[in-house]
Amino acid sequence: MTAKPEMDRRSFLKASLAAGGALVVGMNIPLVTRAEERLGIKPPEPAADFQPNAFIKIAKDGKVTVVVGQVEMGQGVLTSLPMIVADELEVDWANVSYESAPADKAFINPQMGMQGTGGSSSVKAFFMPLRKSAAAVREMLVAAAAQQLGAPVGELKAANGEVVHTASSRKVKYGDLLEAAAKITPPAEPKLKDPKDFRYIGKGIKRLDTPDKVIGKAVFGLDVKVPGMLYATILRSPVIGGKVKSVDDAAAKAIKGVTNIVPLGYGVAVVAENYYAARRGRTALKVTWDDGPMATVSSETLYAKFADGANKEKGLEAGKKGDVEAAKTKAAKTVEAVYWAPYLAHTCMEPMNFTADVRADGAEVWGGIQAQMQVQETVAKIAGVPVEKVKVNTTMLGGGFGRRFELDYVVDATNVSKAVGKPVKVVWTREDDVQNDFYRPAAYNKMSAGLDASGNPVFWHHRIATDSIMTRFGWVQPGKVDGSSVEGAADLPYDFPNFQCDWINTNSGVPVGFWRSVGSSHTAFSTECFLDEVAAAAGKDPVAFRLAMLGNHPRHAGVVKLAAEKANWGKPSAGTFQGIAVHESFGSWVAQVAEVSVAKDGQVKVHRVVCAVDCGQVVNPDTVAAQMEGAIVYGLSAALYGEITVKDGKIVQKNFNDYKALRISEMPKVEVYIVPSNEKHGGVGEPGTPPIAPAVVNAIFAATGKRVRSLPIKPADLAAKA
Amino acid sequence: MAKISVNRKQYDVSADPSTPLLWVLRDEIGLTGTKFGCGIAQCGSCTVHVDGEARRSCITPLSSVAGKEVTTIEGLSPDGSHPLQKAWIDADAPQCGYCQSGQIMTAAVLLKTTPKPTDADIDRAMAGIICRCGTYNRIRDAIKKAAINGGAK
Repeated sequence: MTAKPEMDRRSFLKASLAAGGALVVGMNIPLVTRAEERLGIKPPEPAADFQPNAFIKIAKDGKVTVVVGQVEMGQGVLTSLPMIVADELEVDWANVSYESAPADKAFINPQMGMQGTGGSSSVKAFFMPLRKSAAAVREMLVAAAAQQLGAPVGELKAANGEVVHTASSRKVKYGDLLEAAAKITPPAEPKLKDPKDFRYIGKGIKRLDTPDKVIGKAVFGLDVKVPGMLYATILRSPVIGGKVKSVDDAAAKAIKGVTNIVPLGYGVAVVAENYYAARRGRTALKVTWDDGPMATVSSETLYAKFADGANKEKGLEAGKKGDVEAAKTKAAKTVEAVYWAPYLAHTCMEPMNFTADVRADGAEVWGGIQAQMQVQETVAKIAGVPVEKVKVNTTMLGGGFGRRFELDYVVDATNVSKAVGKPVKVVWTREDDVQNDFYRPAAYNKMSAGLDASGNPVFWHHRIATDSIMTRFGWVQPGKVDGSSVEGAADLPYDFPNFQCDWINTNSGVPVGFWRSVGSSHTAFSTECFLDEVAAAAGKDPVAFRLAMLGNHPRHAGVVKLAAEKANWGKPSAGTFQGIAVHESFGSWVAQVAEVSVAKDGQVKVHRVVCAVDCGQVVNPDTVAAQMEGAIVYGLSAALYGEITVKDGKIVQKNFNDYKALRISEMPKVEVYIVPSNEKHGGVGEPGTPPIAPAVVNAIFAATGKRVRSLPIKPADLAAKA
Repeated sequence: MAKISVNRKQYDVSADPSTPLLWVLRDEIGLTGTKFGCGIAQCGSCTVHVDGEARRSCITPLSSVAGKEVTTIEGLSPDGSHPLQKAWIDADAPQCGYCQSGQIMTAAVLLKTTPKPTDADIDRAMAGIICRCGTYNRIRDAIKKAAINGGAK
């Protein structure tokens, strides 16, 4: 951005009195170039008239509403971002509430270059913008109070929603200063609070969204009801990428309540006055399909293709140090293994759904989404209306995990509403959800490492064959390395004098997408388990071996030490065995020690997980703990049960009976320890997931002497021989 | 036209008698606190009380609740003051919150029959309710706290 300094100052903050006399203040967030680097998206031009976004609203009664552009999918962002504002604005937490923002470029996440919630980025992206915005408002209120009280600004102090003149004990409430504050020129560089004076940041604060969530009042996409709305369900091709060949809808139309049958090419929508009628209509539909090229693909052919890629293709170099090939001839001892991570579904608790009202002159849409502006653009394109004529209403998300970054369910509702000329809510079944996901890419890992005669590391060579997410979005050009495929592996923290990581794009045709922690979800498994094998080959303790090679990575070493100490490493709880893993992702370092037992029949029980996290400065420690707990469960569900398989182009799994999730009876005790830190913020939504699978697998080795090199963990492979 | 009683209020509903109670509650009566998660009684997000028993509303046909009293999360307490709801807030149990109605309704039946549940009791009663956010340990703590605070009411 090249605006002149004065322009910048004026554009930085702009205050106005909204209807009802509320003071609304916002700011244009400077875009960080990293967004471009990371996602390859060109940041939008700043609005020509510097129209500010509105983060903060203050009402005459002193109530503060924080408008949050990030979406709530369970990670606590509707609390953590308001906490930042409340602290810097000096208002009492009891007077703070939130509001979900519309789709608007003013809410662009500077970490992503788009209005989006992902990459564990919300706090790191908005911490400083919100502080500056709130501090500027505070200074405007103080300046307004100075005029009103006839006292110099220097003698005034903002506290608890009031400006106080200590010398004369006079005070004036924020709500009584709004009109005067709106006339003050917003300061370009407001003075931020000294972090030692933080009242809320760094303290455990109860979430603002909890009360509505325990009485059934929180509104999710599925709960949206629009006057005159119809309900729809869509029958999709059972084979990935198949198309509708012919439709016999006579029986479906005969069902009472069914109003329309809408062919969509990729499927057929049944529209009805109520959802149950739509479902019955769908059951009665007779559709023949053009299966397309994926009909010959099965898990066996996929595995063979991946193995071929890893064994025969050169691939692209994703990371290199020294000369691995030369070192291979010199190593006294070489360890080799193949690690396989399967495709995984997201299975958010709330199945995909979306409501759209497409009219000739515009559209309004409702639902749980992770990328509001992409939704707005997609709806505008389908509806054939200008983007600014599309109103996007973001509800609560019944889980996101990366799945609601996709737009397929938005496309569904928009298509169907456009076709029938009425508001329509499209609701997926759980089977639709499991079988039409954008899956966590499977990964075939061909790994080798060498030691010298004394057990010192000589080389590490990792070849990863996996599908690319970023090329699908057009964010990485063909022929370039997709960083999301190799993150955590190409930048392995351990000091091997010779190192190489290669990536082979398997381009399998199976739809892949962002799944909590993305590439780290499989690279932590392959690297941390294989490193354990190398440690065993060297005859060294897994913790000592790691620490010896983490000299250049003190924050990795820090969490390893903390987790080992808190778990009493080497002295497991009675009847259990310990395994450890460490991984950095999204700017946070997490180590976990799992305590595991393996029964004679091979059933694995995880008793306890000790988690150490270094995520820099913390806004809400209770949320950090909750996210670690949740991320562990998500990763543990996948490690124990998660596997999407393909047969003749069809996804085999259907619902929670064959795509299982961890249940309360299987839940380990989880202890979370946060490294005190003033370093810059790391993410917390995802980084707790990567270490759990390798920590458990390494503990299984400690318990049984068996290496699990393919997920999910299969009890039959671990059963004691009779 | 079927008559059903939900949260001690009578409703005339026009849905087909085979319609799952879940969709009648949500789409016809407008009580959306009860959620759809799987449709095959695997996840428990749709749990309500029918004559005081925990039932999966996604597989309970409308015709089977005639003459019975249905209670949903909206009717568990008049003002969110059930000891479980208070304990849930205290533990900050929910994350996305989608499954929590089913969790709370199931826990309410547990506490009625087992006022001081052990961990094993909680496992047995609650294992049917999936939470993908992983709030299980906080749910366990909240149930224990509610039990101390008279959750069996």
